Amino acid sequence: MLQINNLHATVGEKPILKGLTLSLGAGEIHAIMGPNGAGKSTLGYVLSGRPGYEVTEGSVTFNGQDLLALEPHERAAAGLFLGFQYPVEIPGVSNVQFLREALNAQRKHREEAPLSGAEFLKVAREQAGALGMDMDMLKRPVNVGFSGGEKKRNEMVQMGIIDPALAILDETDSGLDIDALRIVGDGINRIMRRPDKAVLLITHYQRLLDYVKPDFVHVLDGGRITRTGGAELALELERDGYKELAA
Amino acid sequence: MTDEIEVKDKAAWDAAEKVADYEHGWSSDIETDFAPKGLTEDTVRFISAKKNEPEWMLDWRLKAFRHWLTMETPDWAKLNIPPIDYQDAYYYAEPKAKPKLGSLDEVDPEILRIYEKLGIPIAEQEVLAGVEGARKVAVDAVFDSVSVATTFRAELERAGVIFRSISEAIKEYPDLVRKWLGKIVPMHDNYFATLNCAVFSDGTFVYIPEGVRCPMELSTYFRINAENTGQFERTLIVADKGSYVSYLEGCTAPMRDENQLHAAVVELVALDDAEIKYSTVQNWYPGDAEGKGGIYNFVTKRALCQGRNSKVSWTQVETGSAVTWKYPSCVLNGENSVGEFYSVAVTNNYQQADTGTKMIHNGKGSRSTIVSKGISAGHSNNTYRGLVRVAPNAEGVRNFTQCDSLLLGSLSGAHTVPYIEVRNPSAQIEHEATTSKISDDQMFYAMQRGLNAEEAVALIVNGFAKEVLQQLPMEFAVEAQKLLGISLEGSVG
Ligand SMILES: Nc1ncnc2c1ncn2[C@@H]1O[C@H](COP(=O)(O)OP(=O)(O)OP(=O)(O)O)[C@@H](O)[C@H]1O
Ligand SMILES: [Mg+2]
Repeated sequence: MLQINNLHATVGEKPILKGLTLSLGAGEIHAIMGPNGAGKSTLGYVLSGRPGYEVTEGSVTFNGQDLLALEPHERAAAGLFLGFQYPVEIPGVSNVQFLREALNAQRKHREEAPLSGAEFLKVAREQAGALGMDMDMLKRPVNVGFSGGEKKRNEMVQMGIIDPALAILDETDSGLDIDALRIVGDGINRIMRRPDKAVLLITHYQRLLDYVKPDFVHVLDGGRITRTGGAELALELERDGYKELAA
Repeated sequence: MTDEIEVKDKAAWDAAEKVADYEHGWSSDIETDFAPKGLTEDTVRFISAKKNEPEWMLDWRLKAFRHWLTMETPDWAKLNIPPIDYQDAYYYAEPKAKPKLGSLDEVDPEILRIYEKLGIPIAEQEVLAGVEGARKVAVDAVFDSVSVATTFRAELERAGVIFRSISEAIKEYPDLVRKWLGKIVPMHDNYFATLNCAVFSDGTFVYIPEGVRCPMELSTYFRINAENTGQFERTLIVADKGSYVSYLEGCTAPMRDENQLHAAVVELVALDDAEIKYSTVQNWYPGDAEGKGGIYNFVTKRALCQGRNSKVSWTQVETGSAVTWKYPSCVLNGENSVGEFYSVAVTNNYQQADTGTKMIHNGKGSRSTIVSKGISAGHSNNTYRGLVRVAPNAEGVRNFTQCDSLLLGSLSGAHTVPYIEVRNPSAQIEHEATTSKISDDQMFYAMQRGLNAEEAVALIVNGFAKEVLQQLPMEFAVEAQKLLGISLEGSVG
């Protein structure tokens, strides 16, 4: 589904990704771990096309398409979703309005009919309900005044409504309380664990992986994948840390 | 969800306007005659004679004209205006001022594209673009719903509401017109208002009798589309004791017009316990991307909250014109009277807007709220200029002002110029101002969810302007939202 080959990228002239190679098959969940500043968020931004993140070498194909040739909104329409490490506030724009416009823009791009207000609200209500989020929160401006955990949960509601083929979830677990962690974990499984979908789960801790069992765990360090293993690698890292691993 | 209701209602309103217009001949006396070029006493006499005006009206116009000759063009606004040659214009030739087109094929494709984006039906597009014979098409289309229109018209009459062209009102209701015309915006008020007094061509008169709640929103929407915006419009709305009216002015569709200068005067008066809600969407041609050929909009709008507990609310969405110079104001004479001003002004390319309000608190316990949202893109300049004045005898006055500016790009300017003159120590005046930019984070977040750059800007800008947009009547609000996005096209990327 996603092939990243020898990816090099710079941020403000500074090289961050230095020859990263990674392949995600359909139906797979991959976890990416790694020390602060390793380039994990950078990878998510590069894949989703954030301006300012420049690819200097390498290629990325997504379902056979040259992903890097697409604009950010085209990547979204192609099925790529980024769950932000720091979700952004948009004052005056309700979640409902934001998501309906975004979803219909994607559908238009894919030449699908737009969802009516009623159809959209039905989907929104289901997803919010499944993630234990009050409908009232969906009517509030996007992320404005949301607590850290609420913002993360909102990212998952958005993912449920948009229903992407590939989700890159950047530390979706951080800031969640114990109950929320379970709800979000269940949500990821429900929405994304499908034969035609894939997930790249960026995380620092094993706890989310207790709920969302990864097929592969990768260590990203110094801008490249330094080690790959199964679910047990995360446990090993939690016990020993990255230093031990590098040594 | 609301689309259906919106369209139906608008068609009905348009139809109502239509019937009112044609039955009362708003357009019948404006055929092909035109006054000689230039502006002299003869021009003024010509206009007055053409309209069969009574003697007092001609005298009034002449008095204004003579005074106007002694005045100088104001230059204090933060605007860069090339001099206007008043002698090089026709003051009474509007139907001829628009070039007649054979069909929509001859219309600038750029304009057609915008009509399409706004979802304007073809028949209406033809009227807007000035296609020959188009009016008939539109009239027929509208007359399909003639029963609705007559119902509305009958309803207005039953309620005792007077809704006429000002020319007609001058003849039919001279006492009422004379009582208030020029009383809210005095003849000598300012250069453009004085000019308007001398040469105003037509406009609207509304009277809501005591205790009447006007049974529908009043709109000039269709009339403005079909005819011509009129260089020198004159509007007078009188809300008698305990009455209520909501009036909509303007049009979201971009209008080409050969008239470079527009200098309208709008006067509102609210007596005891009366309320007037006046909403404007203004989208005149702003000129091309280099700023050439746009309209100058120098309008004087003022409301007199004369009665106790009277209330006037101005809501405006300004996206058009090359130069806008406009300060809808409230003179709050009545005890506990209320003035409100909600404004969104968008400038792009080389547009210049200098807009704001004046709240003159003379009455005890009078209150005012000002919410101004300025959005500047391209090389444009957007200035908020507001005055809050509290008279020595006005105890317990309150004002809250909020001015927010949003900048797109680094070449545009936003300026906030508040004047506060308080001569009574009991007044509570609050002023808040912010300036912000659309952040890269917001843009990327919206784009990651599937919006393209223009859609993302439109969404964020609509969020920024929401407090004002939600003051608009429903059918205007939807169009105004689309309009904000369209006005900012080309400002990103
Ligand atoms: N605009 C910038 N200019 C220069 N360096 C930058 C810029 N933005 C990010 N970086 C650097 O890129 C590196 C990788 O950042 P990134 O956010 O991808 O790390 P991360 O692996 O997600 O870390 P964390 O676990 O703390 O979230 C960091 O050293 C960061 O300081
Ligand atoms: Mg990170």
